[in-house]
Amino acid sequence: MAPIQPSTEEQDNLLLVERAKAGDDSAFEQLIRQYDRQVFRIARHITQNKEDAEDIVQDAFLKAYQKLHQFQGNSKFSTWLVRIAVNESLMRLRKRRNSKTVSMDDDVQTEEGSVPRDFADWGPDPEQQYKQTELREILQKTIAGLSPGFRSVFTLRDVENLSTEETAQALGLSVPAVKSRLLRARLQLRDRLTRYMKMHPEGIQ
Amino acid sequence: MKCSEFLKKMSDYFDGQIPEPLLSDLRAHMGQCSHCEVVVNTVEKTIRIYRNQDIYELELPEQVRDDLRCKIMTKCRCDKG
Repeated sequence: MAPIQPSTEEQDNLLLVERAKAGDDSAFEQLIRQYDRQVFRIARHITQNKEDAEDIVQDAFLKAYQKLHQFQGNSKFSTWLVRIAVNESLMRLRKRRNSKTVSMDDDVQTEEGSVPRDFADWGPDPEQQYKQTELREILQKTIAGLSPGFRSVFTLRDVENLSTEETAQALGLSVPAVKSRLLRARLQLRDRLTRYMKMHPEGIQ
Repeated sequence: MKCSEFLKKMSDYFDGQIPEPLLSDLRAHMGQCSHCEVVVNTVEKTIRIYRNQDIYELELPEQVRDDLRCKIMTKCRCDKG
C-alpha cells in the first residue's frame, strides 16, 4: 500500500519541527501559535478549570519542547501534542483530587450509562429553549458529570472532531476501545441532557 | 435486529462507516423502534450542540496567549540553558 501523503499543513508542521529540533526557537514559537488554542480547549474540557488549562498550555508545550527529538512523524504533530496535553490534564486532575484513580481506565469498571434509559424525544431546536447563559450552564454541568476518561474521548472525537484513529493515538487506546467509550460517553450525555431538553406535553412548560 | 445490536453499531452509523446491507437493516430497525429512533436523533443533537456551542469561554484572549507563549519560551530557553 502506498504511504499516505501528509497534508500541506502537516508538511509545514514537519518543517517547523525539523527547524525547532535544529535549535530554531522561532519555529517552535510558530507551533505554539498554531496549537495553543486547541491545547487550551482540550485541557479546559478535561479539567473543567480555566486556570488549570492555562497552566497545562505551558506544561504541555514545555514537555513537547523537551521531547521533540522523540517525535518521529509516525502520527501528525497535532495528535502527538494532544496526547501530551491529555496526559498533563489527567495528571492535573489526579493531583487536584489527590487520588490515583483518574485514568483512562476508571470508567470501564462500571456498566453505568451503557444503555439509554430515557426515551423522551427532544424539541426540534433544543438550543432555542434556553437563553445562551442558561444553556451554557446546562452543558457545562452535564459534561462535568462524565468521568475524565469519557470526557476526554468525547472532547477529542466529537468536539474537536479528531478522527477515531487520531483519538485512539492521542489517548493511547485501541480503536475498538475508543468506539466503546465514545458510545457510552454519548449515551450518558444524551440521557442527562434529556432532562432539560425533552418535549413537554402541550400546555405544560 | 435487537435494540442492543443496534446500539452497538450506532457509533459506526454516525461515522458513516456502515456498509450495505447492514445500513438498510439499521434503518429498518429505526423505522420500527421508536426508542432507537429517538436515541439516534437525540445523540445527533447532543453532538451538534456541544460542537457548536461555545460552552465555556474557550477562546484565549490575545493578551493571555502572548503572556503564555512568552512564559513557555522563557522556560524552554532555560531548559536548553
